[in-house]
Amino acid sequence: MAARVQTEDFDLGAEIARLRQGNPAIGAVVAFVGLVRDLNENASVSEMTLEHYPGMTEKALTEIEAAAKSRWDIVETLVIHRVGALQPTDQIVLVAVGSAHRHEAFAACEFIMDYLKTQAPFWKKEQTPQGAHWVDARESDETAAQRWIPPQAK
Amino acid sequence: MVTLLYFARLRETFGTSSEQAVLPDQVGDVRSLTEWLRQRGGVWQEELAAARPVRVAVNQDMASPDTTVRDGDEIAFFPPVTGG
Repeated sequence: MAARVQTEDFDLGAEIARLRQGNPAIGAVVAFVGLVRDLNENASVSEMTLEHYPGMTEKALTEIEAAAKSRWDIVETLVIHRVGALQPTDQIVLVAVGSAHRHEAFAACEFIMDYLKTQAPFWKKEQTPQGAHWVDARESDETAAQRWIPPQAK
Repeated sequence: MVTLLYFARLRETFGTSSEQAVLPDQVGDVRSLTEWLRQRGGVWQEELAAARPVRVAVNQDMASPDTTVRDGDEIAFFPPVTGG
């Protein structure tokens, strides 16, 4: 389990090689990479700045990974989230999960990403021709995270 | 004494990212702390209005209005998160 917040870019191949190194129990790796788009809510985005809450961010990401690990039979997880100034096509986030079989890795990867979107303290500010603005949270992200909660626990 | 932190839009609107505050006796949870800050008026009243979707973390854990706050706590106010 690892969680990193950094300004630098990351190399997907190198990160996956490190994740599965010396881990012959891993038979499947699922990775999600989030990128900066040049269009959001019909406005063209020239740059975005990502702010976070140092300390709480790492704690929240580690807790999300631990929740995934207690829920699925997975071997290793990695979350990398970039902060600072980013341009369209830049990589923002990586979530990678290694497990014995693919189903657990697919599910855990999606779970971690859905919870990251609603629980980890990051905020995006977009630069558009109309000026800079803070991105509003989406209802659909909340709905995506809610679907992992069993009905009796809601 | 508690440490209050503000992030993203709240940091910009309040013009500060952190402050130290001595809580009055009637402030014992997130709800009463928010109400106390709202009494500063102006942007505080606007941004912390009940209808605004403000999130609060106490000692780096997501909190609810009923979460207890006490001396020495680190309490952060911020808009709903938008990472990923």
